[in-house]
Amino acid sequence: MTDVAADTPVQSAPASAARTGRMIVYAIVGLIGLALLFAPFLFPDVRSQEVAARICIFIVLVASYDLLIGYTGIVSFAHTMFFGLGAYGTAIALKAMGPGFDAILLGGAAGIAVAFVLAVLIGLLSLRVKAIFFAMVTLAAASVMLVLASQLSDITGGEDGILYEIPRFFSPATRLLTDADGKVVRLFGVALNGKVALYYFVFVVSALLFALMLRIVASPLGTVLEAIRENEMRAEAIGYRVVAYRTAIFCIAAVIAAIAGILRAVWLKYTGPEVALSFAIMIDILLMVVIGGMGTMIGSVIGVVVMSLAQFYLKDVMQFAAEATSGLPLVPDLLNADRWLLWLGLLFILLVYFFPAGIAGTLMGKGRR
Amino acid sequence: MDRLSATLDRLGGVYLLPVAIGLLTLVVIPTSTWFTLTVAGLAMGMMIFLMASGLSLIFGLMDVLNFGHSAFVSFGAFIAAAVLAALAGWVGGDSPALNIVALLAAIAAATAFGAAAGWFFERVIVRPVYRDHLRQILVTIGALIVAEQLILSIWGGVPIAVPRPRVLEGSILFGNVAVESYRIFAFALGVAVYVAMHLVLNRTRIGLLIRAGVENREMVEALGFRIERLFIAVFMAGSALAAMGGAMWAGYQGLITPALGSEMIVLVFIVVIIGGLGSIEGSLLGAIMVGLVANYVAFLMPKMALASNMLLMMAILLWRPYGLRPAVRG
Amino acid sequence: MGAILRLDDVHTDIGRYHVLHGVSLDVPEGGVHVLLGRNGAGKTTTLRTIMGLWRARRGAIVFRHHDISALHTADVARLGIAYVPENMGIFGGLTVEENLRLAAHGGSFDKDRLERVLALFPALEKFWDRPAYALSGGQKQMLAIARAIIENRDLILIDEPTKGLAPSIIRAMIDAFREIASDTTILLVEQNFLFARALGSSVAVIDDGRIVHTGSMAELAADEALQTRLLSLSLEAH
Repeated sequence: MTDVAADTPVQSAPASAARTGRMIVYAIVGLIGLALLFAPFLFPDVRSQEVAARICIFIVLVASYDLLIGYTGIVSFAHTMFFGLGAYGTAIALKAMGPGFDAILLGGAAGIAVAFVLAVLIGLLSLRVKAIFFAMVTLAAASVMLVLASQLSDITGGEDGILYEIPRFFSPATRLLTDADGKVVRLFGVALNGKVALYYFVFVVSALLFALMLRIVASPLGTVLEAIRENEMRAEAIGYRVVAYRTAIFCIAAVIAAIAGILRAVWLKYTGPEVALSFAIMIDILLMVVIGGMGTMIGSVIGVVVMSLAQFYLKDVMQFAAEATSGLPLVPDLLNADRWLLWLGLLFILLVYFFPAGIAGTLMGKGRR
Repeated sequence: MDRLSATLDRLGGVYLLPVAIGLLTLVVIPTSTWFTLTVAGLAMGMMIFLMASGLSLIFGLMDVLNFGHSAFVSFGAFIAAAVLAALAGWVGGDSPALNIVALLAAIAAATAFGAAAGWFFERVIVRPVYRDHLRQILVTIGALIVAEQLILSIWGGVPIAVPRPRVLEGSILFGNVAVESYRIFAFALGVAVYVAMHLVLNRTRIGLLIRAGVENREMVEALGFRIERLFIAVFMAGSALAAMGGAMWAGYQGLITPALGSEMIVLVFIVVIIGGLGSIEGSLLGAIMVGLVANYVAFLMPKMALASNMLLMMAILLWRPYGLRPAVRG
Repeated sequence: MGAILRLDDVHTDIGRYHVLHGVSLDVPEGGVHVLLGRNGAGKTTTLRTIMGLWRARRGAIVFRHHDISALHTADVARLGIAYVPENMGIFGGLTVEENLRLAAHGGSFDKDRLERVLALFPALEKFWDRPAYALSGGQKQMLAIARAIIENRDLILIDEPTKGLAPSIIRAMIDAFREIASDTTILLVEQNFLFARALGSSVAVIDDGRIVHTGSMAELAADEALQTRLLSLSLEAH
């Protein structure tokens, strides 16, 4: 299309409403960040710790997916595959080599390497063709990986997954700080032991990765990606090798997802298809990125937290409603707590129609339209 | 080299591929097993063709990718199973006529539901996001999730047994090779559907419009046709075919779960990618190849069945990035 | 002689980009009216806006007495406007016959018109049953034009028909166009000034989404200084 004359972009949304919105979003995200930073002390019970760690990891996972879908306009279903590769790599190493940091390093590096190579292959192969093809290819690839994981059960533990130990440093027995009597120091009633160290390991790595992604998005690379997303042909005409950039960001996102997988494997001390590879995770990611707001990196923070809370409370609400309507035909089946995904799916569809920019995007007046 | 490709082209070009695959495996598999596997592969291919051809045409014509397409397959399977269960007397009875009637009723019910659901889908779910590929993918995936959950709500998660009509149980003997009657029926039905589609597409004005629209929608409009009026018809037809495929698949498997659609969607996508978008010839070709490869590999290296089709797809994409017989020569 | 088509202060955006900045154009009835301009000046956008493929943000488009600015493309075509796009828009997988049949009313050919078309472009008869992708570039262009005239149309919009064609074919086209223009109106978009000069009776020049000159072709052809001033065209020397 060579007929693009005087490029006068049309005016965008009113600036002040967007500014207020941005303040609100930053405030919320800031609060969440603080809550996560002090989580071991604010929410010391085991369940909450698990939720907090999971939120940290998923923020990284969803933000890396936003790089693809929100900033570059690529739809991929292989993201959980890369996540799983990082997780399984670490898990297998920890199982085979015993619980040491060398296992984490080696296994993690192996997982990252495989993820990178696969990303390059898939990227170069299919980014040349229509975006729809690419989505289908990633779907096929992820399915194959899932089947392989369950079938190569000698290595991967099949459907049951693998249980393993992690370095002793992260166990409750390790005392990070001891007082004069040799007992472990307590801060706000919480013992500063290996468990706390484990949480901060997850938190710090997640925070660093998130900061890295913010940098990428703000950098010249980010600008190019957005240009490609807006008008691919134009970008190509200006001189950007679109395929190269897309493959590059695809690989970057894959590597970050793999690292998130390493964190998950170390935190859980267990890796299996359900927690590392399943399509349920992929759907979770999609929901979170849409709820939070595609194309707004910090939207992923909001999306992850909202989904986590929803999963928590929605099931209870539905259980209540199902019991209340137990006399009616079909309705209690629809309200059964196991069917929470039905309602989340409907919510998802409604969001995509009416609020495609998600919570953060709508508030800030930006992001994908 | 040029002479070779010219000769190959005259002999059928890419249509030789399935033949090549068949001949290759004939070398490594004992003949009678090879026959059974080939028939199974052809039957399976035909059923997948039913599921895939609609998706291919819909995408070719309307530029709509419906990730929820497999929901029609699932619903088709479950509705057919429900009808067969309701007509259990006829299905398991001695009268072949009643057996067939019951089966046809099940298939018809599934197909009709597919058409109706397709109408609803096109109007409500797809139409608002016509031009936006990203939102299309997201919305149709959402619809797929909701559909699967609906099936779980209505039928529960326990696998359901699907009764097969008495007359189609068992096998027919050709020499010392046993061929399941159901597979022959599935193959015949698939061929009939293909022939019908071919006639409509190539001998009718509507078919002409569809074929032209798949290549260049804008130009068809510039010639004075409101091609959107065709969209709803094509979408309904594609969804009905998917449901029909699901119904046939239910009878083939004998046992169905709500995950059936999601299981098939990957194969369907592989078929559409291999075959090329927008042409039923491509879908048929892709489906036959996928069916054959799945069955041969399941025999030779059971663990590699799904991966083998994936590898096949990658190999073909490297050679022909737009598929083997796309409607638009990229 | 009235204007068969009138554009009045038409503004068109493509996505975020403001491409047409108030195009006003009168196309007189009968003969060939040429729209000249450089790459990216807005020629194709103008044609596509007339056809309704892109919506004008502002301004009026009047065909005979119908305001067609808000009409669906198919309805614009049905009013009697044919469109031959830059990429020819022929359906490669369909045969030559099928391509023409789509354009014929009700799917059946008017014998006289068909004969006239085949007389103008004899190659089409040779390839009648062959798929259109097998045609050469020049033959495809002929098919595209044939499709536009297989039925009686009042106005034919043609976008750069000589692009990428051999000089001998271009010469043949000039004759065909003259014959066609004798009983209809053609709005011809071109960069090839010599081709345009041979055919056009009146000319408009578009630059940066605005009409910068209108007048007769004879006048422009005679004034070389004006030519250089208005256009940095490829004056192909054939």
